[in-house]
Amino acid sequence: MRRRPLLVFVALAALLVATMIASLSMGAAKIPPAQVGWEILSRLPGLSSLDPGLSQTQATIIFELRLPRTVLALLVGGALAVAGVVMQAFFQNPMAAPSIIGVSSGAALGATIAIMFGLQFYVMGLSAIPVVAFISALAVTALVYVLSRRGGRTPVGVLLLTGIAMGSMCSALASLLLVTGQDPQHLDLDRVVYWMLGSVAGRSWTHVQMILPYVVLAGAAIYLFGRDLNVLLLGDETAHYLGLDVERVKLLLLTFSSLLAAAAVAVSGVIGFVGLIVPHVMRIITGPDHRVLLPAAAIAGGVLLALADLVARTAAAPTEIPVGIITSVLGAPFFLYLLHRRREYGL
Amino acid sequence: MSDARIRDVVLETRGLTCGYDGGVVLEGINLRLARGEFVGLIGPNGSGKTTLLRGLTGVLRPLEGDVVLEGRSLRSYPRREVARRLAVVPQMAPAPFEFTVREIVQMGRTPHLGRLQGERAVDREAVRRALELTETAAFADRPATELSGGELQRVVIARGLAQESPIMLLDEPVAFLDINHQAQIFDLLARLNAEEGRSILCVSHDLNLASEYCERLVLLSGGRYVTDGPPEQVLTEERIQGVYGCRVVVDQGPGGHPRVTLLSERTQGHDAGTEADP
Repeated sequence: MRRRPLLVFVALAALLVATMIASLSMGAAKIPPAQVGWEILSRLPGLSSLDPGLSQTQATIIFELRLPRTVLALLVGGALAVAGVVMQAFFQNPMAAPSIIGVSSGAALGATIAIMFGLQFYVMGLSAIPVVAFISALAVTALVYVLSRRGGRTPVGVLLLTGIAMGSMCSALASLLLVTGQDPQHLDLDRVVYWMLGSVAGRSWTHVQMILPYVVLAGAAIYLFGRDLNVLLLGDETAHYLGLDVERVKLLLLTFSSLLAAAAVAVSGVIGFVGLIVPHVMRIITGPDHRVLLPAAAIAGGVLLALADLVARTAAAPTEIPVGIITSVLGAPFFLYLLHRRREYGL
Repeated sequence: MSDARIRDVVLETRGLTCGYDGGVVLEGINLRLARGEFVGLIGPNGSGKTTLLRGLTGVLRPLEGDVVLEGRSLRSYPRREVARRLAVVPQMAPAPFEFTVREIVQMGRTPHLGRLQGERAVDREAVRRALELTETAAFADRPATELSGGELQRVVIARGLAQESPIMLLDEPVAFLDINHQAQIFDLLARLNAEEGRSILCVSHDLNLASEYCERLVLLSGGRYVTDGPPEQVLTEERIQGVYGCRVVVDQGPGGHPRVTLLSERTQGHDAGTEADP
């Protein structure tokens, strides 16, 4: 099943371009894909002489509504997938993922606190919401890790159950804040629903700007640890023998992966299963070497979420389905299939 | 022991005491490994052999005492520097992800490579050689999850070889191997020791293999040092019976090394019978 990295990346790049064009052309106002392509090319430097013949409204739909939403879906999906890859190596456990071990819910609680208490300040031009979400996600990850360690290993059953408990707790608290924090006359349950189910509906360039620096920074930092992640999969003791400062590397990886999950959650709520499915499928295709797996999972995760979002906004139009519903409908059976196959891990 | 004093000591414990969560497993161990020495670490189950290996490599922090690697405290080295000097072949735990044999052996090069550095010619050569020496090259591109216990054990040894460190510590490296591969691995260790001067410390529960290959044996029991010396001094009937609590006969094997034969209850009965009735 393993494919050459070059082939994988060419295929992923093609898929990425196709997904973007589909995502920009489909919706309430249909714009032919070819025109979308021309329009984008005409915005590139040196190609301004091209004229695809789009109206001002159509251009606005593409660049102010659909493009930021698509870019955000790509960023969020990529961040969740990479966080999933890292957490699976970190826990030496193929069932770990941000939404499964409670980290996403932890980030959601942090983001909710930041939003409801009006902590929408900026630090050096960077939004504080992802930072608060990050602190809370990091705390949850650390707690789940400590609570599910048994004699130097992390048994899959204990990890999942600890994650469920922590996740439920955080979701409940976040919902409580959202319900009680609002004006009772105009209780907006939609907001709670969208937040808890995960959605990128109505997101703008502001949201892209809000998480872009964090996603790029944490993603690049994690890539530097590609070889270390490989070695960690052989177990802490072997990693130690191969020269890793295991505790320090794990702390850094925990920090960066929580930052990715938190950035994703801060703009889109809790979107489940992307961080589980994508690492698994990509690992089958690229093999487990993180130096290939990490970038491949980043692109594939983005594409998956952008496609899911396309379905979310077109399937039942004009009703928007929260994209988290789509990923969960796809992801939950996949999770069950993994549980079935992974009997050997003691479940 | 006298030998170790003359040659340089490359690895040494000074009054090493180690344990897990409050329980002391190993107490006051003074062990020396000289450059180019091939030492066997023996003792019954639970005598602290694996714990000593963990203490020697810094996986377990000493509760008391210290480990000295090439004249400096182990704690003064960055982890990478330790891994360049000292390779460990642990007892195998199965990997949950499907790396190929070659990828696992390549990981032995980790301490020699920078973060974003690709494998160099020298790394590929080290891997190729390790695969060849352990006869694992034939299945180098298969996932490690599909291998038998014996094959996997040779892969782990190959990874230790690829590390190309002057000191090698091995924890029961032939525990799951059949006798032809046991001999192959120990012959390989003996060659690395004789031809390249690698210093080897090998935990073994097979007293005859240890006797055949090691120039010196260190005997542990109940977390304490009992004795050390050449096999013929360490492997005596009284001492083995005292430490292991079973009846054995020690005679000389074809190579001139002590040979330990376990006596079953039946043989012992037969033995007693013939003695009683000459």
